Amino acid sequence: MNITVCIKQVPDPNQPYKLSGTRLDREAVQPVLDPGDEFGVEAGLKLAEAHGGEVTVLSMGPAKAMEAMRRALSMGAHKGILVSDEALAGADAQATAQVLAAAIKRNPFDLVIAGTESADGSTGAVPAMIAELLGVPQATFAKQLEVKEGTLTIHRQTQEGYDVVECALPAVLTVTSGVNEPRYPTFKGIMQAKNKPVEQLSAADLGLSVAASQQVAAVNPAPARGQGEIFEDDGTGAARIADFLKNAKVI
Amino acid sequence: MTTTEAAPEIRSSIFSPEHEVLRASARAFIERELAPHADEWEEAGDFPDWVFERAGAQGFLGLSYPEEYGGQGGDYLSSLVLKEEMARCGSGSVGMALAVQSDMATPPILKYGTEEQKQRYLVPAIKGTRIACLAITEPEAGSDVANVQTTAVRDGSEWVINGRKIFITNGCRAHFCTLVARTDRGSIDDAVGPEGVKASSINPRKPSGYQGFSLFLVDTDTPGWQVAKRLKKLGMHASDTAEIVIEDCRVPANALLGEEGKGFYQIMWELQGERLAGAAGSVSGAQLMFDRALEYAKERHAFGKPIGANQAISHRLAEMATEIEAARQLVYDAAWRLTKGEYPVKEISMAKLYGGLVACRVANHAMQVFGGASYLMDVPIQRAWRDARLIRIGGGADEIMREIIAKTSGL
Repeated sequence: MNITVCIKQVPDPNQPYKLSGTRLDREAVQPVLDPGDEFGVEAGLKLAEAHGGEVTVLSMGPAKAMEAMRRALSMGAHKGILVSDEALAGADAQATAQVLAAAIKRNPFDLVIAGTESADGSTGAVPAMIAELLGVPQATFAKQLEVKEGTLTIHRQTQEGYDVVECALPAVLTVTSGVNEPRYPTFKGIMQAKNKPVEQLSAADLGLSVAASQQVAAVNPAPARGQGEIFEDDGTGAARIADFLKNAKVI
Repeated sequence: MTTTEAAPEIRSSIFSPEHEVLRASARAFIERELAPHADEWEEAGDFPDWVFERAGAQGFLGLSYPEEYGGQGGDYLSSLVLKEEMARCGSGSVGMALAVQSDMATPPILKYGTEEQKQRYLVPAIKGTRIACLAITEPEAGSDVANVQTTAVRDGSEWVINGRKIFITNGCRAHFCTLVARTDRGSIDDAVGPEGVKASSINPRKPSGYQGFSLFLVDTDTPGWQVAKRLKKLGMHASDTAEIVIEDCRVPANALLGEEGKGFYQIMWELQGERLAGAAGSVSGAQLMFDRALEYAKERHAFGKPIGANQAISHRLAEMATEIEAARQLVYDAAWRLTKGEYPVKEISMAKLYGGLVACRVANHAMQVFGGASYLMDVPIQRAWRDARLIRIGGGADEIMREIIAKTSGL
């Protein structure tokens, strides 16, 4: 099986973010491999271990994204492709999907795996667009997955429970956190990752000239939570709290 | 989710970027997979065997072992990094148990074992599927290792072992034991080494009179091998410590590890690395205690200001920070020499002596900073205080370290 896992380097989501205009200030916060992508890498590695084949990690980002790529390689992925181009800075979901799809198409593939959304942009749109551009089915929000005789079967997480979804390979798959337990890189993996091949491509190498078709006009913080209501207990406190909760449809 | 695999910040010039990536990975594993259980394990006085298996799968039990036996192919510094990070587990017991497996009981198998012994004992020990212990100490032979009384007597194609071992970490749960026994049949010969140094300080590169001891690999289900007692300790509660009685325990000829009569040199050589690893662990533990005390000194208010605003506290914290840093640099310098191929017995002894003293001082001061809270059993500082005390006794007591430093200084 040829498996491509899409990964992204993001500012550490556990640190407070900083903005530079309408974009994240990527210098201000330590960059890390998107934690959600670790589940994708693990899913790819597990499938390759069970069915044979190779896992390629694919990313679009600045040269610094190589650190995130090495992290995925130290988990056990076989090789990497990093599309890095000044012209791609500020790419939107569509431009990103075009780039990633073009990079995937250069080699035969059975499965493309991604997280459900990135921790920074959080559009959640890129995997679906990749599937469209590649002309293959997409199986999304997998909390469990299996590949058997060229068919991918997943449990798709829903609000009520899960749907069982099947599709033929090749396909695009997105995995939720919780689909597996991502492995921690071993020292051997870390040392091997140093020497694994990473192909570096520009937009021109992919024959693309893409531009963002949408711009983020403004970034606004969520409104701060208003002050709560304070009841002085004059003997009717419990009843007033009960009324309050009833009005809020909590009880 | 708390994954933060940062671009490595290198903490000392002895480490490579890959060592620091390992540090981040080990820290994430230890903080997420082990630390959440620390309280429960310490309370229960035991931790489950899966810890060995998970640690093995993570490569922690074979960091500096060759890949052909399932190891990670790393250097001594890679295992030093693990010892430093293991302090974050919150239970000294776990780090100690794993270190006995990877750094004490198994190194002689790699160095002196036959291929068959390596496959049978080393490979599963690195994997974490067989648990190992090391049995040197006896009721009458602690620091004075040369006074070991346990005997192994050849009887046809077998060895018959008799004796008593004590303070054996992992001894209750171990599947096999690397055992030191007398094979010279005679009385104790030359209990003092060539430099007039006692047992644990012997430098095996030099000729000495420490003949007559041999190493054996003994399966603990062999008839005659008996765990007489699970010993209760001041600290390290989750780690099992056994007293073992060995009565007419018959093992095959191929249970002999390495050369007959050379057991002492074979084991002492390896214990230097373990001693330094122990020092690294205590210094790292001291750092964690310090970090906690520092935070608390800023948060805790008394008489209208943070307690850290009092010079009595702030100067003490300043001194703790300085001592920890000094101890760490002693460890790093000795580690660097060891990695270069030197055999820095003196520097290792200094690192362990000073590291242990500093860890205990820091633990004491941290207790003082935390005040009444530190004395409660559900506050972690008291456990760190209890656990820290062991390093000044185990793996060569302070007095032995001083003796080695004195002797190697020509006294």
